[in-house]
Amino acid sequence: MNDEILYDLKSISKSFVKGKEQVTVFDGLNMSIKQGDFLAIMGPSGSGKTTLLNMLGGVDQPTGGEVWFDGNRVDTLSENGLAQWRANNIGFIFQFYNLMPMLNAARNIELPLLLTNLSKAQRKKSVATALELVELSDRAKHMPNELSGGQQQRVAIARAIISDPKLLLCDEPTGDLDRHTADEILQMLQLLNEKFGKTIVMVTHDPRAAEFAKRTLHLDKGEFVEKDLAA
Amino acid sequence: MTSIFSQIWAVVAMNIRSLPRRLWMSLAAVFAVTVVVAVLLSFLSMARGFSQTLEGAGSESTAIITRSGSRSELNSSMSNETVKILSTAPGIARDANDNPIYSAELYVIVDGIKRTSKTEANIPMRGISPVGFDLRENVEIIEGRLFTTGRNEIIVGAGVLREFEGFEIGKELRFGNTEWTVVGVFSTGGSAFESELWTDARTVQTQFRRGSSYQTMRVLLETPGDVSGMVELVENDPRLNLDVETEAAFFAEQGEALSYIVIVGWVISFLMALGALAGALNTMYTSVSSRAAEIATLRALGFSNTSAFVGTLVESVLLSLIGGAIGAFLSYIFMDGISTSTLGASFTQVVFTFSLTSDLFINGVWLALIIGVVGGFFPAWQAARLPVMVAFRQGN
Ligand SMILES: Nc1ncnc2c1ncn2[C@@H]1O[C@H](COP(=O)(O)OP(=O)(O)OP(=O)(O)O)[C@@H](O)[C@H]1O
Ligand SMILES: [Mg+2]
Repeated sequence: MNDEILYDLKSISKSFVKGKEQVTVFDGLNMSIKQGDFLAIMGPSGSGKTTLLNMLGGVDQPTGGEVWFDGNRVDTLSENGLAQWRANNIGFIFQFYNLMPMLNAARNIELPLLLTNLSKAQRKKSVATALELVELSDRAKHMPNELSGGQQQRVAIARAIISDPKLLLCDEPTGDLDRHTADEILQMLQLLNEKFGKTIVMVTHDPRAAEFAKRTLHLDKGEFVEKDLAA
Repeated sequence: MTSIFSQIWAVVAMNIRSLPRRLWMSLAAVFAVTVVVAVLLSFLSMARGFSQTLEGAGSESTAIITRSGSRSELNSSMSNETVKILSTAPGIARDANDNPIYSAELYVIVDGIKRTSKTEANIPMRGISPVGFDLRENVEIIEGRLFTTGRNEIIVGAGVLREFEGFEIGKELRFGNTEWTVVGVFSTGGSAFESELWTDARTVQTQFRRGSSYQTMRVLLETPGDVSGMVELVENDPRLNLDVETEAAFFAEQGEALSYIVIVGWVISFLMALGALAGALNTMYTSVSSRAAEIATLRALGFSNTSAFVGTLVESVLLSLIGGAIGAFLSYIFMDGISTSTLGASFTQVVFTFSLTSDLFINGVWLALIIGVVGGFFPAWQAARLPVMVAFRQGN
């Protein structure tokens, strides 16, 4: 594991304008994420976890500050530039899996590859490898509604890693799963981190989920607090 | 760049696969466009058929003479005197014996029973002189023979035979106080004359007590299109109060009065199209909101907003074009080639055939396309602007 910095947020501010009211979520937040890190972000509801994750994923733009990824500034990219950047660098894992209900597991996993120039045969091969990795080779042709929650999340993980992104962003990836299934998913994330060198940022409410990460940051009112030391 | 097409294609394919979730709504949108296109094409094919009938009727080499201001053959009248004077006018073609070629005609209205509605309708019965038959282009006896002068014999237009009961060859008919026998069927290649019965002018004068008067006169022109000789004669003779026109000009004028069919057709279709457009918009907004999580997820995965836009637009255009195609197909099945008759300018039935030609189809396709594009554009815009954050908010 090298100590190269993958992600650098410099003095980020973020506020939402709702009618006349302005909600400031972040005001001068600094954060850096090293290559190969597995970071859990915890914090009370409304502390800004999802907002932070959205900015990390280029899904939402900060109001101020700079976002540097792998040595490039990304907060200045256009909307389609960001989409392209996401396709190349980010894998998302959602709480509710967000699979396309009309596509089978294999086709769901293949989706990000449609943004590449890979041939059909190459795509098929990659999908098979990813299915194997998440231990769902026998479910390739199943539709999402024929899969359990855990299986659906594994399909989503396969989709997130299929185009080999550097960073995986997970928002409550186990929030909708039972303890046992959650552990399986978390172990899978751990494997991706340790064996495949994926950098992972995971938002969670669950302290047990956070234990799977290498380190945990606590967010409170838009600032990181040293909860570990206090505890 | 190659990937933009595979992206768009993937999104379009997904939209189409998810159509069954919005089946009834989508079918309603399709149906609305079907109705609009079918109505438009019906009007247009009716107008086209009507004008083809009238245009087909008129020839440049024949002139028609009516009483000034009568506007139609039925309202016209002229004495035997007038006919005699006019027949000496310059510009009229002459036969081998140097006699002017003309047909003085008259016109009575008889009743027939329509096959479809079983109701009575007017049919013009035209008395012509023997040469009158040759004064019409494309005319031919397709069955039986020509009537004999001085006998109560008639020949029937193919349109009359099609539309009315009891006009088959050999049938005896009673008009006025006399019995008439059908001896032949004539065709004029679909023009207005096909909706008439023809017989000998003298016989009509006698049987319908018209004395020696006629209503109109048809002459063969020496030079096609040139009626100046007759016009001059009419202008210089105070006894003559007549209009001289080529037959083509005469029928074109009659047809013009009916161009309102086209306007009415477009106005009705346009109003209905607004309804279909509202339906399309509604359907597509529903489509976008029901696919919001999917659109946002695809965007999170790196799909461009162009693909979300095009995907939605294509869905809308596709639904509309399907509707348009069904509408065109239905109007083709039910409209093209069917004959109907309408009250012509002279209160007689003009039998004509709906004619759905390919240029009319294109009007229908355009209308469907416009409904699809406009009805899809704004929802597609909304799809493209959908915040990607939506993907994190709710599940499927
Ligand atoms: N789109 C938005 N418009 C206005 N305010 C928003 C928006 N998104 C988030 N906020 C506000 O920003 C703050 C942080 O929200 P965020 O969703 O990041 O919290 P969170 O830590 O993820 O909460 P939870 O644990 O409940 O998911 C909240 O006060 C929220 O109301
Ligand atoms: Mg949240």
